[in-house]
Amino acid sequence: MTATQERPADAVEREIGRDRRRKEDQRLITGRTRWTDNLQLPGMLHLAMVRSPFAHATITSIDTSAAQDAPNVVTVLTGKDFGEELGVCINAWPITPDQVTPVHSPLPADRVSFAGEIVAVVVARSAAEARDAAELVDVEYDELPAALDLKDAAADTVLAHPDLGTNKSALWVFDSGEAGTGGNVEDAISKARDDGIVIEREYRQQRLIPAFMEPRSVVVDPTSEQLTMWSATQIPHILRFALAATTGVPESKIRVIAPDVGGGFGGKLQVTPEEWIAWAVARRIHKPVKYTETRSESLLSAHHGRDQWQKLTLAAEKDGTVTGFKVELLADLGAYVAIVGGGVPVLGAFMFNAIYKFPAYHFACQTVLTNKTWTDAYRGAGRPEATFGIERMMDELAAEVGVDPLAIREKNWIKHDEFPFTTVCGLEYDSGNYEAATARAKEMFGYDELRAEQMARRASGDKVQLGIGISTFTEMCGLAPSRVLGTLDYGAGGWEYASVRMLATGKVEVTTGASAHGQGHETAFSQIVADRLGVAFEDVEILHGDTQVAHRGLDTYGSRSLVVGGEALVRAADKVIEKAKPVAAHLLEASVDDLEFSGGRFTVRGTDQGMGIGEVATAVFAAHDYPEGVEPQLDSDATYDPVNFSFPHGTHLCAMEVDTETGALTMRKYVCVDDIGNIINPLIVSGQVHGGLVQGIAQALWEEAVYDDSGTLVSGSFVDYLLPTAADTISFDIDHTTSPSTTNSLGTKGVGEAGTIASTPAVVNAVVDAVRHLGVNDIQMPCTPERVWRAINGPGAGGSTTADAMPHFDGEGEQA
Amino acid sequence: MTRISLTVDGARVSDDVEPRMLLVQYLRERLGKTGTVIGCDTSNCGACTVHLNGTSVKSCNVLAVQADGGEVTTIEGLAQDGQLHPVQEAFRECHGLQCGFCTPGMIMQSVDLLNSNPNPSEEEIRLGLEGNLCRCTGYHNIVRAVQHAAGQGAGATS
Amino acid sequence: MIPAAFDYVAPTSVEDALAALAEHGDDAKIIAGGQSLLPVLRMRLNAPEWIIDLGRIESLRGVRDDGDAIVIGAMTPHAVVGADPLVAEHALLITKAVEHLADAQVRHRGTFGGALAHADPAGDLGAPARALGASFVIQGSGGTRTVGADDFFVDLFETAIGEDEILTEVRVPKHTGWGAHYEKFVRVAHQWPIVAVAATVRMEGDAIAEAGIGLTNMGSTPIRASGVEDALAGQPATEDAVHAAAERATDGTNPPSDLNGDADYRSHLARVLTRRAVLAAAGA
Repeated sequence: MTATQERPADAVEREIGRDRRRKEDQRLITGRTRWTDNLQLPGMLHLAMVRSPFAHATITSIDTSAAQDAPNVVTVLTGKDFGEELGVCINAWPITPDQVTPVHSPLPADRVSFAGEIVAVVVARSAAEARDAAELVDVEYDELPAALDLKDAAADTVLAHPDLGTNKSALWVFDSGEAGTGGNVEDAISKARDDGIVIEREYRQQRLIPAFMEPRSVVVDPTSEQLTMWSATQIPHILRFALAATTGVPESKIRVIAPDVGGGFGGKLQVTPEEWIAWAVARRIHKPVKYTETRSESLLSAHHGRDQWQKLTLAAEKDGTVTGFKVELLADLGAYVAIVGGGVPVLGAFMFNAIYKFPAYHFACQTVLTNKTWTDAYRGAGRPEATFGIERMMDELAAEVGVDPLAIREKNWIKHDEFPFTTVCGLEYDSGNYEAATARAKEMFGYDELRAEQMARRASGDKVQLGIGISTFTEMCGLAPSRVLGTLDYGAGGWEYASVRMLATGKVEVTTGASAHGQGHETAFSQIVADRLGVAFEDVEILHGDTQVAHRGLDTYGSRSLVVGGEALVRAADKVIEKAKPVAAHLLEASVDDLEFSGGRFTVRGTDQGMGIGEVATAVFAAHDYPEGVEPQLDSDATYDPVNFSFPHGTHLCAMEVDTETGALTMRKYVCVDDIGNIINPLIVSGQVHGGLVQGIAQALWEEAVYDDSGTLVSGSFVDYLLPTAADTISFDIDHTTSPSTTNSLGTKGVGEAGTIASTPAVVNAVVDAVRHLGVNDIQMPCTPERVWRAINGPGAGGSTTADAMPHFDGEGEQA
Repeated sequence: MTRISLTVDGARVSDDVEPRMLLVQYLRERLGKTGTVIGCDTSNCGACTVHLNGTSVKSCNVLAVQADGGEVTTIEGLAQDGQLHPVQEAFRECHGLQCGFCTPGMIMQSVDLLNSNPNPSEEEIRLGLEGNLCRCTGYHNIVRAVQHAAGQGAGATS
Repeated sequence: MIPAAFDYVAPTSVEDALAALAEHGDDAKIIAGGQSLLPVLRMRLNAPEWIIDLGRIESLRGVRDDGDAIVIGAMTPHAVVGADPLVAEHALLITKAVEHLADAQVRHRGTFGGALAHADPAGDLGAPARALGASFVIQGSGGTRTVGADDFFVDLFETAIGEDEILTEVRVPKHTGWGAHYEKFVRVAHQWPIVAVAATVRMEGDAIAEAGIGLTNMGSTPIRASGVEDALAGQPATEDAVHAAAERATDGTNPPSDLNGDADYRSHLARVLTRRAVLAAAGA
């Protein structure tokens, strides 16, 4: 009676490794979607936010009377109208015990700390009417001096929060000498000053905006015993916990649903004022409410990423053997310490040594409060910054020594036969093969031919010069071993949860605590479970993103879903098999010891007797005949806490053409060979790599959040915050080498952030390489044509960005 | 309020709308055509792309009243008789989408592109999609999808 | 994302449109294709009480041959202008400029007259209009007048069109057989040009007999680079000769400084791009 398609025992084709087309796509390509903003509930009201135009100001008065009187307005509320039930936005990772952390009210009543902060909320019957009324809220501000420039803020010249007395939030230090994981970096530097090479550079990690395509949206329904929040979030489980922890509603009364979520890239790894305000308003007025941000609001007030100054000192022997690396960072937190907050640069602290055998290392990061939009995780979170720093420095070292930049890397990297390798930061890299990935990349790239062309162009003085950029990256992902997080004072664990339910018809329902927003979990996880249980791919349903369905979980970020969540799946599936075994033995009238499980079937060794796991599920459902002392069900779950981080690596090679007359840049070729261990679905992996590459390339070439002197975000729309289009990018050549991870059953490593982490320095190295012979050794990101042109024609790295936008929307044009 | 009548995905509809209502809002809020989405407010992203009287437009950049009397096709009206349009099929086949938010607009613009140029070069595809932003795919597989659809004769059939 | 409320009228003749304009005056805005106006309204940077839609006036659409000129109706969509054989034959520069104007969706909806009347100095049509010496036919309640391209663009977003007038058509003198090139410099494809140069040349043998050069985004209006035009006349279409002439591209310009480039960089670009545009137009 089973409806399951058992795989024939002789069908050895495994799901893992197949380029399965995605299960998710049918609804997405036909518009049958459930974005949060699509939801309509009976009686639902709409919110519009009133936001501060000032970076720093005292709120002297708010007159809501005109707005209250506007058509179809239900109420207008300000910070003063709420008590403790409003809650606060949390920082989950105080990176030092004495971290200075301003209270982050979702709706401050007295003072605003960045331009875009919410000061009032209008509730009306339609979104249009809410917006109309929001225009009528009259707020009077008393403007305060604003802390805007990161270096100035670090000197406490102007205070972002005057009551705190300082802008310096936390100083986080790792020193290999003190930790006992390496030598003293100052000794290495002073020795190199006497008898070696010291490279000193200062690099800017510009401020970026995650710019997920789906603007954030939240719906709250308070009209049942459990309050439900739908949110365009990466972290429904953490969101539920934070709502319970800060708003006084018991966790058991809260259901959070992340329906279809249109991208995140870290930008939706947050608990937001908008969510908290919607929550408080719905509880106040007992009606469902919805808030959907505009793109302008999103760019202004959803958290930003990166924003560091990196002061780097590399010590080496004359032959280019690195003897020490010292990293001093200033990191801009913005106005508040966000949920991960200062933890973002700390995630990079263990990665500046990258794939290299550095004997001494020192890292110090000062986090700084400013009156700008708060910053937090953006794809890679700390690791792109670290990879950029070291990979740029290795190119500088190669130039100083006068050797090919690949040679300087090879001289310093960990050899394939040295794994597992404990780094100067104390991390144990489980597996890798940098030689193999680099050899493959060089071959695909045509490295020697392109170098020859570069030389020819230099020799002929071609107006278009060619540069070759290298990034031999690694990163730590698969966040994260809970005990390690505990030692770092992170406020939660890093485990993941999965359950496998065997349905009566033999179909399989899987829940995962990971929360996909484009990653393709429904497909890749189905492949894992199908293989493990020996059932058909189509018979597996992956359920996620709803705390009532997948009640436990720690969500999706940090390239963790497969390496942590996938392992939980494996373990839950294995428990199902273990539970089914005695039942199968009973039904087959055999001893448990004589049963084998393979290809979805239990068979009795040495006989042709057997039954499928779906048949066992059906039998257990009927429960007419099962062994004594056994529960009649197979459902199982597992919580997996990783034993180590995941360390994907790869070699990325980029060729850039530089028009030396205009500074215009054209990408000629991009090759990457990533070693991400075993691959579940190569099609999905290719998508992750391509998308990751373009985000990293975009940091190198286009994107920058620019503020003017008064703290206004100038790049506040897609007109001025430049995302690349299809016309600005090229097709990529990607491949993989495989060094399976030794720390999880499937041998997989994270891939979600790899492309972004690796590509930024590859591109900038290529740009600098193209014009190094013209006296250039740095170009500040984004490498705009103007910066390239200025660097060629004068000293410095191209100068800062003028903080004015083109006035396209100022027009009173007559007939547009 | 202004009375408008138009054809959307083959169905005739008629409504009183405020003149300020954008076509995309009319589609989403009044007709429940939530397959078409809003991704920006400056008409850069193209997520809201639909066909109006046979060519692609950004439905955030058209007033509903301007579409009066017109014929609109959205992503929800592209498949015929349960049969996916070749461009939809190609996006799935080539993994031309991840989160899927830009996808309706990307597919509608790709269909328009192939209607006017059934055999585009890679460069023509890339330029033809310059009004549509995607943050997930890096465009690589979107370009592959359009090439795949062109190879299937998508431009000729639609 | 939602414009402030307004009333709406969609007249079917220019006369009716002028009457509506007269009635609502300062409180009204004309919408042509709406591709620049609607974003402004959505972000509530402007909130007119009335919108007068020219979209239903059929007489404002189309391209026709009128002796020594071609005439482009103000409401002709960019995509139609870009594909029009008359335009390609007699004003190739416009075809070239339209090809990369905004994106395909905007070209379907946006109009030739609307873009010119909007008078964004970064718009792609002003420079070709100046380079080609186009003239603008403007209709008011008192009748019709024609304004030359040199007088049409007054300032940032300001033209010679009066508050009670409507641009109905643009007359472009035939440049049959002239080579043309529009050199546009952007950082990403969906941007307005940082600088662009519109160049059209009439060749006699290997020499440039006449040239028309317009600059985009090098001041508060599209600019005609007369100095370059004069310097090119009679010169061979060689790198050196054109380079020398292009050095005059910045005469009389006043480029802005913004996120995408400072004024001195734009001036440099204008010279380089002028040289490239002229050489490309000359087929050199």
